[in-house]
Amino acid sequence: MSSLILDQYNYAVVIILMMTGLYVVFASRNLIKKLVGLSVFQTSVFLLYITIGKVSGGQPPIVESHGTDHVNSETTLFASIGELESVVQSSSGVLYSNPLPHVLILTAIVVGVATLAIGLSLVVRVREVYGTIEEDKIEEYDRIYYKEIIERQ
Amino acid sequence: MMLSSYAVAPTIILDLALMAILIIVAFSIVRMRSLFAIVMLQGVYSLVSAAWFVSLDAVDVAFTEAAVGAGVSTVLMLAAMLLANRKSDPVPISKQIAPLLVVIVAGLAMFYAIGDMPAFGDVNSPANTGVGMDYIERTTKEIHIPNVVTAVLASYRGYDTFGEAVVIFSAGLGVLLLLGLNGNAGRWTASPSGQHTYPPMAPSANSRLRSSRDNIKSVTSSAVKKTSVSTARKSKKKRFKDKGDN
Repeated sequence: MSSLILDQYNYAVVIILMMTGLYVVFASRNLIKKLVGLSVFQTSVFLLYITIGKVSGGQPPIVESHGTDHVNSETTLFASIGELESVVQSSSGVLYSNPLPHVLILTAIVVGVATLAIGLSLVVRVREVYGTIEEDKIEEYDRIYYKEIIERQ
Repeated sequence: MMLSSYAVAPTIILDLALMAILIIVAFSIVRMRSLFAIVMLQGVYSLVSAAWFVSLDAVDVAFTEAAVGAGVSTVLMLAAMLLANRKSDPVPISKQIAPLLVVIVAGLAMFYAIGDMPAFGDVNSPANTGVGMDYIERTTKEIHIPNVVTAVLASYRGYDTFGEAVVIFSAGLGVLLLLGLNGNAGRWTASPSGQHTYPPMAPSANSRLRSSRDNIKSVTSSAVKKTSVSTARKSKKKRFKDKGDN
């Protein structure tokens, strides 16, 4: 448990945020609020990926081509301790965070907005047809509507 | 050893503050009922998470999230929200229990799995020792640009980016089709009694509806007759009333 608090608290926070977003998606009956919950859930997943790629004492993955004099004091401390054997460092000895999750999440953010746009236009169409965006009312209308059609056939 | 690594991380207080703000904003989204407040809080959530991305060294993700997540999606949501009611209906407690149970069970399962995850900021974790660090080394030699994220996005994983562009294109196409490129938007409305329904003409209309189109047409015409009769009656009444007044 102490390791959870000291080392892995980021996952705990991200899980709480994810579950909050998921709860909004499940529990709210308003379509716009559902989409907001979906986007909260999505952003929490982004946070999960980015925290995994974080390297403590690292820098943003922008390599300085002539920056050998600019070395972080923290980084030199790490290097002098010599406890980071398997770390791949750039030639200048600067430690960088992992760029791969950043790339994946960049793609995911843009795709997320595209899906959000589709969802919102579906909401707009639903509102055009039913006059409401509350799921309960939509279901009620559907029930009455189909009952009517079946009765007439 | 663990404590020494925390002594080197001066941003930990900032991280904790940002996490606290995120949790507060997320919980208030759950509690709020005003849609305007909910949408704006979603923008706040995106912006605060962008701030945390900066602290987590993901600067490219941070500005994309701030521009696209907090900017564009908030504008889209506001545009869609302004068409509808400004307030969401309250959800009865009986309908909140099942989602709450599902969420708690899923959350507990994920909490159980935390123990297998690498520590926060661990340089030796499998995720941080693999191909990601390889990209940093190779970018300086092969691509000759300082930003590794740009190099990976445009060159090493260029096909992914192409796929992303295809997704965005098809999403734009879908939005155009949904919002009336086919000329059928707003032509028909449903109502509880099903009587004021014009023949569904949108291609997206249910096949079941399409098969019973004739029925609906007859229903519609009878409804039109009924309404015309009732309006005629009303106007008659009105005329009588006017006469009486005179």
